[in-house]
Amino acid sequence: MKEPLRKSVLAVGPFHPLQEEMEFFQLTVDGEKVTDIDVRISYNHRGIEKLSETLQFDQVPYLVSRVCGICSASHPLAYVQAVEEIAGVQPPERALYVRTIINELERIHSHLLWVGLGGHFIGYDTVFMWAWKYREPVLDLLEEITGNRNNYGNVKVGGCREDIPDELIPKINQELDVIEKKTEMLTKAVLDDPVLHARLKGVGVLSKEDGIKYAVTGPTARGSGIAIDVRRDDPYAAYAALDWKVIVQTEGDVFAKAVVRLLETFESIKMVRQALAKLPKGPVAVDVKEIPPGEGCGHAEAPRGETFHYVRSDGGNRPVRHKIRAPSYVNVPSFKASCIGADIADVTLTLAAVDPCYSCTERIAVVDGHHAVLHDYEELLRLSRAKTATIRKDLGAPEMNWEDF
Amino acid sequence: MQPNEFHKQLTPIRDRLAGLDRTADNRVFLPCEAAQVYEVCRFLFQDLGLRFVISTGIDAEDRFEVLHHFSDDASGCVVTVKAFVRDRQAPELDSLTPLIPGAEWTEREMHDLLGIRFRHHPNLQRLILADDWPEGVYPLRKDVQA
Repeated sequence: MKEPLRKSVLAVGPFHPLQEEMEFFQLTVDGEKVTDIDVRISYNHRGIEKLSETLQFDQVPYLVSRVCGICSASHPLAYVQAVEEIAGVQPPERALYVRTIINELERIHSHLLWVGLGGHFIGYDTVFMWAWKYREPVLDLLEEITGNRNNYGNVKVGGCREDIPDELIPKINQELDVIEKKTEMLTKAVLDDPVLHARLKGVGVLSKEDGIKYAVTGPTARGSGIAIDVRRDDPYAAYAALDWKVIVQTEGDVFAKAVVRLLETFESIKMVRQALAKLPKGPVAVDVKEIPPGEGCGHAEAPRGETFHYVRSDGGNRPVRHKIRAPSYVNVPSFKASCIGADIADVTLTLAAVDPCYSCTERIAVVDGHHAVLHDYEELLRLSRAKTATIRKDLGAPEMNWEDF
Repeated sequence: MQPNEFHKQLTPIRDRLAGLDRTADNRVFLPCEAAQVYEVCRFLFQDLGLRFVISTGIDAEDRFEVLHHFSDDASGCVVTVKAFVRDRQAPELDSLTPLIPGAEWTEREMHDLLGIRFRHHPNLQRLILADDWPEGVYPLRKDVQA
């Protein structure tokens, strides 16, 4: 008779109210060490690619802005760029700047959202509260420009739906000053804190070689020394006209990814300021009549990495095929490289460092032979936070006093 | 990437390609038959060092097409290998996953949604479809209504 399997399996997911999507991670563990990881996705597959084939070219941007509530500017942008490539349409200058501004505001709020959640996972709830508080005015600005806090649907084939009113520019600049100061404070708090160094350095390392094999993009790649950024490599919108730099760290651990995101926030603030200063006069859209037969690839740098859209047209008024690749689709499988060999207490953080869907931590079932122990979300958080507390004690760090900030 | 320079770089695999379409300054399509796809992609990934982006599977009426998109980040050029899978009854081609682990999900997805088999794929399990979805129904084929 076959020996019964005696592997311990940790089930992470699939549901949590925090997450954007459902995902299920099955970790095989040996004591505290993770020896294998299996990911199951598609619990809430919405069939957007198929739906897109039933919509007209000008309706699709509203559909794809709902692919993700956080990246709802970069998906439609990648799509319209693909269609504009097929139709040979050049949007007006002003539209390119408006697209740039919306996309960078999106990056600012998305990175602050990540910093907050990262803090929450390791027991720095103050960071969570503060980062999300500073993020709020960015959403308000987006609402003032596009009419929506998320799902802006502001791009269309041939330009933009809504313009940035000139009266709003001083207000945007004012808010950016505040956000810059607060992000500076957060960055200093992270870079100067010995506890965070001890907690985040060397955790969840993704090597450059593994990063290339798993085709990762965005801050996940740039944290591992892979210097790629669509905004620089294949400039779209108005990025070629702006002065900014690609942030790269070589360590590949959670700390490196955090540093990349924080420093990128400053670059985004810089870019929005420049774009506002240079904003050309004129219309924000041109008329597009027909989309000829052909195929096009559009890509844009979303907060989490490259968003890629492929569109094929047969000359009708609907795409015959529309392929969407969100950055997490290639970033999530890299857990196979970064989680194996790690401690269970570090796994939630490593998963979160890619900035996928945070949901994964809802429910953990430890199945060991006949015994099944259910670890809930609280228990996982406790494990992660307990490790931070131990490090803090070992370092002799004083209790955090947030009044100082 | 300068057009001439790139065309020269492709010399070792030129015989395997059925053509070379440049639809825009930095968009290149390389059509080929399904049997050649592994060697062409291996050349792009290993020898030219292009980054794998994603694959698109298409039901193109009389055949299937599998598009492997690569990106040359040094120049921003998107290079797409377009493989024609002509056998509609048993569509099959070589998997890229043994070479590029990042292709695992997208190949499983095409297997689920279009019914294209990938030879030598290490784990051709369902990814998108639910476990109780009926066998032989492929939602992304044109004969399935949205």
